[in-house]
Amino acid sequence: MNESELVQLVSPEGERVRHPDYESSLGVDEIFGFYRDMTIIRRICNEATSLQRQGELALWAPVQGQEAAQIGCGRAMTEKDFGFPTYREHGIAWCRGVPPLNMLRLFRGVSQGGWDPQHYRFSTPTIVLGDQTLTAVGYAMGIQKDGTDEASVAFFGDGASSQGDVSEAFVWAASFDAPVVFFLQNNQWAISEPSTLQTKIPLYRRAEGFGFPGIRVDGNDVLAVYEVTKRALENAHEGGGPTLVEAFTYRMSPHTTSDDPTRYRTDAEVEVWKHRDPIERTKALLVREYKYKNSHFEEVREEAEAIALKLRDDLLSLPDPDPTFIFDNAYAAPHPLIDDGRRDMIELGVSSVTS
Amino acid sequence: MTTTSLTMAKALNAGLRKALENDPKVLLMGEDIGKLGGVFRITDGLQKDFGADRVIDSPLAESAIVGTAVGLAIRGYRPVCEIQFDGFVYPAFDQIVSQVAKLRSRTEGVYRMGIVIRLPFAGGIGAVEHHSESPEAYFAHTAGLRVVSCSTPHDAYWMIQEAIAHDDPIIFCEPKCRYWEKGDVDLDNPGRGLFEANRVREGSDVTVVAWGPSVKTTLRAAEVAATEGRSVEVIDARSVAPLDLAPLVASVKKTGRLIVVHEAPPTASMGADIIRRLSEECFYSLRAPGLQVSGYHTPYPPARIEDAFRPSVDRILDAIDRSMDYGL
Repeated sequence: MNESELVQLVSPEGERVRHPDYESSLGVDEIFGFYRDMTIIRRICNEATSLQRQGELALWAPVQGQEAAQIGCGRAMTEKDFGFPTYREHGIAWCRGVPPLNMLRLFRGVSQGGWDPQHYRFSTPTIVLGDQTLTAVGYAMGIQKDGTDEASVAFFGDGASSQGDVSEAFVWAASFDAPVVFFLQNNQWAISEPSTLQTKIPLYRRAEGFGFPGIRVDGNDVLAVYEVTKRALENAHEGGGPTLVEAFTYRMSPHTTSDDPTRYRTDAEVEVWKHRDPIERTKALLVREYKYKNSHFEEVREEAEAIALKLRDDLLSLPDPDPTFIFDNAYAAPHPLIDDGRRDMIELGVSSVTS
Repeated sequence: MTTTSLTMAKALNAGLRKALENDPKVLLMGEDIGKLGGVFRITDGLQKDFGADRVIDSPLAESAIVGTAVGLAIRGYRPVCEIQFDGFVYPAFDQIVSQVAKLRSRTEGVYRMGIVIRLPFAGGIGAVEHHSESPEAYFAHTAGLRVVSCSTPHDAYWMIQEAIAHDDPIIFCEPKCRYWEKGDVDLDNPGRGLFEANRVREGSDVTVVAWGPSVKTTLRAAEVAATEGRSVEVIDARSVAPLDLAPLVASVKKTGRLIVVHEAPPTASMGADIIRRLSEECFYSLRAPGLQVSGYHTPYPPARIEDAFRPSVDRILDAIDRSMDYGL
């Protein structure tokens, strides 16, 4: 990585870094708030991974290593903004106010979504990666037509950047000057494929070819991600059109609980990124600059622990939906095959034996 | 009653105009639909009257036409996407199947996917490859979607308006070979609902079900059959998915014979599905197996020989003969 290409405001050791275009606007309470967010979301992720290992979740997509990218972006988003995530945006979901239990409903297998997307102004996860970038652009075109100063945010990664839909989204966003921020988390790995297979140039530079600005930010520096995203969103709010923000980060965890990263990457590589850990970096800044003590951090740890335990209890008492739930929202208006299916299922009774 | 004579192209244009007038959330989007009025001129003059903000000339990317329509629908708009030709819909297939069809269900009813995807479909205009296909079964197979097809200017005028006002996503199949044929349009009364079949000819010997371009061909065959003493009942399905089954069941119980006519290939087709369902519903009334008159299981042929692929009057008459020959 060419360090000069990347906006960084705090070094991995927790020291301030000067940047010609960006400086942090945050006070200590906000920085500590970000530390709290990151710690809690990592704890939620660890609990979810344990629940999967214990057979209580079908799958989990951990976010470990990407907490700064997500909390920095999530906290930069305002009430006015609407996000279109993949299945790994738990940190963003947290910032949008989505309850942790709702984040797990998809992975528990009781829903294909998990929450009311209009209420949180945050869509449910898109699993066919790339599709959601076009949804975000369409939503942004709607914002334009309504003449409001909102923006949409499209979340995707280095892997999905190869999808044709992402290129189409870039074309449309540029052609219509849509108020959208493309928030690309380059976590270096698309399951087993390195980002070098997806691109020959730094991904943020693709934007220039489509006719809008792109910027790379240190995705493990929560202060930098916050400022860069905030400015991109403000630009969109003010009618300045799209921006591609590439948060350069690392997926410390497996792709999902079904993945085995030891088959494709080295321990040495993971070690390098451990030293750039986003939570440790923020903690180092708080200690170095604001003399925060262990008691501050211990308080957050205890809060995170309580949230995780409550999440476990809530998940285990989450009821399965009635099987006829499948018919409830397939269509908005009455449909004969839906009526037939529901009647058949009720008349036959429901057997859990399918094999 | 106000009746006027219009081509199907003009009727669709008038229907789209009404929809734009009636609901400010209605948007048209597609390639060349603005200044040019679409390659078939279905949207002729609409951008001039409603503005480039509502009649949107889109970049050449079908997945994006549908994908951005999804975002616009989430925002409360009612996008009407024009896919220039049937065979160009496949780049958008993922967006249609994975997002348009499923988002309402995925969000447990929160997102309204009130999107219409207009497909000028089927053959008969002497076009090059990818301009003459009948992909309705792909979409009928996908839960969450509805598929309809108009066969007359009157239905075109009303069905497009009803489809746009509907809260479910609808694949709207327009028989392009009928675009320039005139017919009476009753501007006051649609006559029937969007998802209702229409018995267009009464008969007693055999029931023939068709939709879109095949309805007229079937009616011609029925006239010829009548000269041979055969009484053919013709039903325009109109809604391919869901099917309006009750009138089909009533007809087949009466005639005991069923033929389905469509341009798509026969395998896993809507014809096959209609025969399956009526075999079950009308088992004890059937005097012959249900038959299909369809395209062949080949890619659509070059234009000079397309008439050998499409269901013709002769092939429909042959199927009527074969059905009657069972003699049960």
